[in-house]
Amino acid sequence: MANSTNVALRQISRLSSRRLSSSSSFINCASYFRAAAANQAARRCYVSESKPDKAQVSVDTAIRADQKAFTAQTGILPENAKMPGTGMSADVMMSPAAGILKQSSVMDEGIRPIYLDMQATTPTDPRVLDAMLPFFTGLYGNPHSRTHAYGWETEKATEQAREHVANLIGADPKEIIFTSGATESNNMSIKGVARFFGRSGKKKHIVTTQTEHKCVLDSCRHLQEEGFEVTYLPVQNSGVVDLKELEAAIRSDTALVSIMTVNNEIGVIQPMEEIGKLCKMKKTFFHTDGAQAVGKMPISVDKWNVDLMSISAHKIYGPKGIGACYIRRRPRVRIDPIISGGGQERGLRSGTLAPPLVVGFGEACRIAKEEMPYDSKRIQMLSDRLLKGLLSLEHTSQNGDPERFYPGCVNVSFAYVEGESLLMALKDIALSSGSACTSASLEPSYVLRALGNSDESAHSSIRFGIGRFTTESEIDYVLKAVKERVTFLRELSPLWELVQDGIALDSIEWSQH
Amino acid sequence: MSMAALKGDSAFQARSLVSAYPPKCEALQFHNMADPVGFLPQFRSLLRQSSQFAAYNFREYAKRRTRDAFREHHDKNLGERETQELIQRGLKELQMMKRQTTVSQFFQLDRLVVEGQKTGKQTGEDGGIVRQTTE
Repeated sequence: MANSTNVALRQISRLSSRRLSSSSSFINCASYFRAAAANQAARRCYVSESKPDKAQVSVDTAIRADQKAFTAQTGILPENAKMPGTGMSADVMMSPAAGILKQSSVMDEGIRPIYLDMQATTPTDPRVLDAMLPFFTGLYGNPHSRTHAYGWETEKATEQAREHVANLIGADPKEIIFTSGATESNNMSIKGVARFFGRSGKKKHIVTTQTEHKCVLDSCRHLQEEGFEVTYLPVQNSGVVDLKELEAAIRSDTALVSIMTVNNEIGVIQPMEEIGKLCKMKKTFFHTDGAQAVGKMPISVDKWNVDLMSISAHKIYGPKGIGACYIRRRPRVRIDPIISGGGQERGLRSGTLAPPLVVGFGEACRIAKEEMPYDSKRIQMLSDRLLKGLLSLEHTSQNGDPERFYPGCVNVSFAYVEGESLLMALKDIALSSGSACTSASLEPSYVLRALGNSDESAHSSIRFGIGRFTTESEIDYVLKAVKERVTFLRELSPLWELVQDGIALDSIEWSQH
Repeated sequence: MSMAALKGDSAFQARSLVSAYPPKCEALQFHNMADPVGFLPQFRSLLRQSSQFAAYNFREYAKRRTRDAFREHHDKNLGERETQELIQRGLKELQMMKRQTTVSQFFQLDRLVVEGQKTGKQTGEDGGIVRQTTE
């Protein structure tokens, strides 16, 4: 205390002396001025130059001077002196800024989670955004306006985009109908075909599988209420549909078979060519939900004999809110449009097209086609790395057919760990246990149950999605985090203890409450 | 417009540039080779532009894709015409990246958990890598 008062006193005296001297110089100056004015008016008084340096106190210098003074007075280095009651060292006390920094944690890393949910949606590729931006700014014409240049330029762009989409799946541009997304395409295909051909009353049957996306299953349920018959085919344990069962399920009055190309939860690829052949033989239309497959594997609608296909833009690094439906022209597939109006898109889906989205979609397709060999090689490599690491943990298993699945979708079950709690524990990684539509409910995935997995196994499953922009270091981070936290959660679990003791969980008779 | 394309254009340079990557001796070889069409500067500006993406994933992808495209065309013997085409594509890519890096810098988000903010260890007491938490 005494020291600080001394210091303060000295500082005050220094200041006052400075003021004294300056005032005296002012007096001097004034008297000189008077003399000079009498003499000659041209002489100017000397004033010190005004610079920011002179007006401001350098905080750094002041702190350093303070610290030097402290050391000189006490003989202790400031960082070694602990201030009583605060737990902080003296140098922190002397500099508030340093104090703030010292209190914060040293962060060598950010806090945003890694994105590994590529089945839900993908980031928009900068190249796609670059193609879209002009249509959000200057090129705002309605592509259906035929009377002026604004319309012509956007129409040209949308037609080019249509061509890119068609190229990606080996179709003709005229067979592509733009919709708002794969859900609308699925609805349009299933309800449209069923209603058109059900009108005569001859074709009243639809075949689909239990592992389809919700929008397909829901459309079918809706049709059931309208009097259609629907067969929900079971799948094998691997997730692949049994061709013999499919053949048996197709009847003479079957209007449509709808089977997805790549499953969104387990990534299983269905034998499209065989199914296509079967449908052609049985003379039914074949619809496939290609949202997870298009742009990720080579697709040819002619080779597969697909009559209708749903495509989504935001699963292939395009914008959200746009998709397409492939509808075969030769032989023509006739559908009953859900949305009627101005007759755009061959009257199958009325409504003004959104040129920015359409152009972004087209660009995404073009890039996907161009980059497919590079991307698939890379995704395969990352997927192998991830799977190998995850399966090296004990009591983990891969869901779905390990031989025929899309490598960008890895679904793994961690036995004796609750999936949702693992997701919570993995807050620094954006993951999901199933499709995004059902992620709000705690119900186990219906897809995994359709594979014959038990409820426990379905509950403990997590889906990892790998995409174009995933890096090796992200995969390594995920592997490390999953290993740590699965082990941690299992340590907490009494079931895990039992398993470690070699007790089979099935043999336990749980007492009733 | 694809990044691949840009790498592609670099393809030619790839021979020289790519080699500049791992082994130094190859880089030396490069110096002996003539670079009449200006591949090297383009490759460099592509890489430099790639590292300007604010988003980690895009940045890493752009850098990786640029390098890989060079490697891909490393051993190919390209004609005059192909070379020019590649150069033109590279220019397009470069312009696209210039625009998109600017856009990405306008909308910066927090960094990812895998992303090192400052690389290297902190030495001394100057608080170089000390940051305030945002939470």
